[in-house]
Amino acid sequence: MNTEPMVEMRGVSRRFPGGHYGVRGVTLEVQRGETLVIMGPSGSGKSTLLRCVNGLETLDEGEIIIDGMHVNHLTTDWNKVREEVGMVFQGFHLFPNRTALDNLVLPQVVVRKRPVSEAKATALRLLDRVGLGGKESRYPAQLSGGEKQRVAIARSLAMSPKVMLFDEPTSALDPEMILEVLDVMRSLAREGMTMLVVTHEIGFAREVAQRAVFLDAGVLVEAGLARDLIDRPETSRCRAFMQRILRRPEGGIAAWT
Amino acid sequence: MYTWHWDELPQYAPLIAAATARTLQISVVSILLGSVLGVVAGLMRVQPLKPLRFLAAAYVELLRNIPLMLVLYLIYFGAGAFLPVSPFWASALGLSIFEGAYVAEIVRAGIESIDRGQMEAARSLGMSYFQSMLHIVAPQAARRSLPPLTGQFVSLVKDSSLASLVSYEELMLVGRQINSRIFSPFEVFLTIGAIYFAICLVLSLLSRWQEARLARP
Repeated sequence: MNTEPMVEMRGVSRRFPGGHYGVRGVTLEVQRGETLVIMGPSGSGKSTLLRCVNGLETLDEGEIIIDGMHVNHLTTDWNKVREEVGMVFQGFHLFPNRTALDNLVLPQVVVRKRPVSEAKATALRLLDRVGLGGKESRYPAQLSGGEKQRVAIARSLAMSPKVMLFDEPTSALDPEMILEVLDVMRSLAREGMTMLVVTHEIGFAREVAQRAVFLDAGVLVEAGLARDLIDRPETSRCRAFMQRILRRPEGGIAAWT
Repeated sequence: MYTWHWDELPQYAPLIAAATARTLQISVVSILLGSVLGVVAGLMRVQPLKPLRFLAAAYVELLRNIPLMLVLYLIYFGAGAFLPVSPFWASALGLSIFEGAYVAEIVRAGIESIDRGQMEAARSLGMSYFQSMLHIVAPQAARRSLPPLTGQFVSLVKDSSLASLVSYEELMLVGRQINSRIFSPFEVFLTIGAIYFAICLVLSLLSRWQEARLARP
């Protein structure tokens, strides 16, 4: 069995125009089949770090290795990398002029060059898997937020990625819809998908993630087992952050575990 | 007191009909050519390569800040001095180049009105920039651009009257010719105005119908 890490970041930095760092010198590894949660206050560079992994942000320093591919070179074929790396956004970004089914079919046909019939079969199977069997002919506007996010997850899965990136996948959802999305993510993790998840959902992080990292001002401040990082943070900055979010009136979705 | 002389006009009906056909002809050709130019320039303005972006911006700014008449003169009298340019092609090219600049802005605005997340989602799925533009962004942008585009086409039909200045025998020029024979400016120009109005109204109605059709889910 391949024991190389699935994702390796070495001294990753991303500077924004104006010179300040979005992410600074982050080094971390994500093992195959592992779920890693990235936490931190807003503006701490969590999303930027995630977006570096699939090239939506370009690196200014350091390197990222995904499944043995060095991806920070000028010669990197990002289209190839992105075929292997799925991304789920806070705002879903479904294609509004296409049905749920077509949202899944089109990229398979365009990128993976699958025959339409095969792409359709895959799409229907995945929609069923995220609990949306029977809703394949709905347009995004006819779906609830939670349903849209589950379509978005299925759309990424349809590309058969090796790694899935989740950028605050439940932050734009009403509380009652958060669970259905987290449930899908949990089952994915259990089946051995490698996942990098930016989230404030403490319950999810505690139960599903093996490891967690805490970012502040673009710097990786603390890394460890997810439970330890949440329940017994070692650094004062991480501790202060955890106290703040655990005190949120809705308790994160702490009720979920 | 103005005395109406409608009785003299009917004999010129065949001339007016032929001129109307020429106005339609030059409008259609210029709409097609101008749209091609405009879509290319509009796409160039939003793509990532700077030199191409600059080129397209220069084209748009240049053409939007000079009079159409000057463009027509440059082509017909200027380039026409070296090359055999017919009044029709001088006008059609001038109109197309001119309108293309406005179409480019409509195309650019249409594309920029589409949430950046659409492009990011498409790219994240492994689509190239071109594939993302073609399959995801352009169809959505086209929907939003159709109404302003139709408005632009209405302008073009009216602007085609300037082709009369480079002796293309479209409606405006033929109107002037007829008037110089029968000296009934109101009869002649009201008739021609009604023809322009009818053509443009049909275009506007098409646009309204389109808008209603696209507003449906």
